[in-house]
Amino acid sequence: MLDLTYTAPTPKVIAGAKHDWELVIGMEIHAQVSSNAKLFSGASTTFGAEPNANVAFVDAAMPGMLPVINDFCVEQAVRTGLGLKAQINLFSAFDRKNYFYPDLPQGYQISQLYHPIVGEGEVLVELSPGVARLVRIERIHLEQDAGKSIHDMDPAMSFVDLNRTGVALMEIVSRPDIRGPEEAAAYVAKLRQILRYLGTCDGNMQNGNLRADVNVSVCRPGQYEKYQETQDFSHLGTRCEIKNMNSMRFIQLAIDYEARRQIAILEDGGKVDQETRLYDPDKNETRSMRSKEEAFDYRYFPDPDLLPLEIEQAWVDDIAARMPELPDAKKARFMGAFGLTDYDASVLTADLESAGFFESVAQGRDGKTAANWVINELFGRLNKVGLSIADSPVSAAQLGGMLDLLASGEITGKMAKDLFEILWTEGGDPAEHAAKHGMKAVTDTAEIERALDALIAANPEQVEKARVNAKLAGWFTGQVLKATGGKANPAVVNAMVAQKLGL
Amino acid sequence: MSIDSDTARKVAKLSRIRVEEGDLPELAQKLSSILGFMEQLKDVDVTGVEPMTSVTPMRLKRRADVISDGNQQAAVLKNAPDAREGFFAVPKVVE
Repeated sequence: MLDLTYTAPTPKVIAGAKHDWELVIGMEIHAQVSSNAKLFSGASTTFGAEPNANVAFVDAAMPGMLPVINDFCVEQAVRTGLGLKAQINLFSAFDRKNYFYPDLPQGYQISQLYHPIVGEGEVLVELSPGVARLVRIERIHLEQDAGKSIHDMDPAMSFVDLNRTGVALMEIVSRPDIRGPEEAAAYVAKLRQILRYLGTCDGNMQNGNLRADVNVSVCRPGQYEKYQETQDFSHLGTRCEIKNMNSMRFIQLAIDYEARRQIAILEDGGKVDQETRLYDPDKNETRSMRSKEEAFDYRYFPDPDLLPLEIEQAWVDDIAARMPELPDAKKARFMGAFGLTDYDASVLTADLESAGFFESVAQGRDGKTAANWVINELFGRLNKVGLSIADSPVSAAQLGGMLDLLASGEITGKMAKDLFEILWTEGGDPAEHAAKHGMKAVTDTAEIERALDALIAANPEQVEKARVNAKLAGWFTGQVLKATGGKANPAVVNAMVAQKLGL
Repeated sequence: MSIDSDTARKVAKLSRIRVEEGDLPELAQKLSSILGFMEQLKDVDVTGVEPMTSVTPMRLKRRADVISDGNQQAAVLKNAPDAREGFFAVPKVVE
């Protein structure tokens, strides 16, 4: 496999009124586990059901109901840990995080504070070709999602739907290794890509399937390096946590706003209070949830309803043996096996569907040509009309068939573009369309030769110019292509022009 | 460890239990004596002893990832003081 090496990006610097500042960001990503049933009950996890239809008595915290863990949710967490090259803890345990909220009927969330199932790992976040940030993962733990409250259906009441209550979440906690708003968005995107490759989370941010809490602090240049050397947080500034973000754009805007807010306080001689804040996209500002600070005394303790979760190394090994190829490996393979550029390989491995499509087109064909057609023609066209690769009117087999005609010289590049149009609108077999529409490259060199001889005879001054400056020989190629109605293969014509003019 | 009236007030609030101001000193005293009783455990030397999580050597029970429950909206809402259009209706809670 191709070994890719990266340099670290330069951190974002914000110029304050007095001096420069850097950002330090850590994230907690809440990723809903892809499973049929909930973490501790047999109710469905399907999104968009009738309110309170996907609710077992355990989820509604009816007296006497006991949680029973869903084996597959544990497997998904382990798979995610393996995908992030993380330590898998064979012993983990569940704790109760106590707080009151109407959409949390138990009065506590079952989580894993003291003994998470996954320990330290890492994510490589590429920012541009050759430039990437290695973000350390501190831990991943399993926990229950809360329900949903709707506040705008009645002026005096909040409406509570427990369908999401008890759905399994993975909380993926990073170290403060992210150094700017763009890096934060790229980190979420990379994590989302890995989770989707693994099939452990759908990553649908609109549905709240993937949400982020963002810890932001600012420091003077040089301080962060001291922290990295010593892992001593006292070198860093006081952080604020921005809760519950589910849009890449808002994450960036919120971080930028929050950093500037903290810089203004510090340059004014003030002190940043460690607190939880909410981002308001309408006003583009963060505001304090200070009123709730006192309520956030979670009084964690081990959940007496659940024995510790002990898993076996053999089971973990079995999951490891069934791991799919992950984005970094696939990208490196595409670059190595198909000779793709870093950029093209990134585009084609962005999601599994695109990668699979490209691979079946490229199989047994020229990889670079296949990549050009898939990215420039197909993706370009799909983007324009807002279709995903899964809904592409042109199949991989059709595009591959067309590329075969092109590679064998049966059709020219120009004909291929016309043929692509026909396949897009009508579908069908590329070879049949080519025959039906008279798309056939002139391979008869005698015909090309005749046209070229006539041109040379009629344009002695162009011949002279071309002999002085070989670049001008292109004029003959162009004229021959014109004379043959675009049906001649440009490469063949070029070769013949060079030969005839003695270049 | 002893509990004062302020701590008792805070614990009551976190537990959403209403305690009248005049009852706090007695409550604090009772909580303190319970904690004092428990603190006897600190006299036992447990160095090197694994915390016991079960009296029998049991493995945590697991379930297959199968939908086996739900679709009982009426039953779920049956005990709710107020329910509308399939939702629990509660006094307004705003962030």
